[in-house]
Amino acid sequence: MNQLVPLSYYLVLSGFLFACGVAGFLIKRNIITIFMSIELMLNGVNLSFVAFAAHWHALAGQIFVFFVMVVAAAESAVGLAIIIAVYRTRETLNVDQVNLLKL
Amino acid sequence: MLNVHLILFLAFGAVAVAGAINLLAQTHPINSALSLIAVMAALAGEYLLLGAEFVAAVQVIVYAGAIMVLFVFVIMLLNAGVEERTQGSRVAVLFGIPGMLLGSILVAWVVLQHSGTESVAAGALPGDPKTIGQMLFHEFLLPFEITSILILIAIMGAVVLASKPPTSPANAAARKVD
Repeated sequence: MNQLVPLSYYLVLSGFLFACGVAGFLIKRNIITIFMSIELMLNGVNLSFVAFAAHWHALAGQIFVFFVMVVAAAESAVGLAIIIAVYRTRETLNVDQVNLLKL
Repeated sequence: MLNVHLILFLAFGAVAVAGAINLLAQTHPINSALSLIAVMAALAGEYLLLGAEFVAAVQVIVYAGAIMVLFVFVIMLLNAGVEERTQGSRVAVLFGIPGMLLGSILVAWVVLQHSGTESVAAGALPGDPKTIGQMLFHEFLLPFEITSILILIAIMGAVVLASKPPTSPANAAARKVD
């Protein structure tokens, strides 16, 4: 039998990645970096999904990771298109200067 | 006795943690993007340790490949420079950083204390493409098909949002006046 890694280690790593994503979302001012922080949060959640799937011997957890990835891909495609549209009208990526919906 | 799995977990975890911290520390978006790619590659290693081979491959191909290429492409398209530092709220800095540290230590302590000694067996779960595919096309067929519609909508939305608005004659005239 293999030597094993406790489930809690994976959960702590996943929680740390999620916390870093939240911190980046809050402190970053560049809209692209904020978007990358969201991806970091999704990655942290994916890690806990896979860890729990291995722990409970439930393969559905890995399937859910796929759906999370698909949603992340769709979200990043639409989000980056929105960023391009915002940049075209505002000429800036700083979220502090994008505080009005109307021009 | 040498615990290979634990050592590999710690190595990949160290890369992931360093990448996540570097993402926060860097001011240029391209550096943040590269550290995020490092995090994703390290997570692929963790998935391999957990026996999720197919997920690890998809992580590298879709996340580190497709999504991050999209990010880097947009960064270069928009010529994103070094972000301007803003004067954040001093109260937030004073209480936020110690509060975050305290909270994360507390959560980590609780998780480590109450999880017992159950361990994740590497390779205990068949995560190979055949098993995953069978599950995806039998039990999860409906979500799978709905996902394809979601992607179709996302593609159309991205094309509509990113395409230039058509300049009608009235618009062009108004712009000339400006």
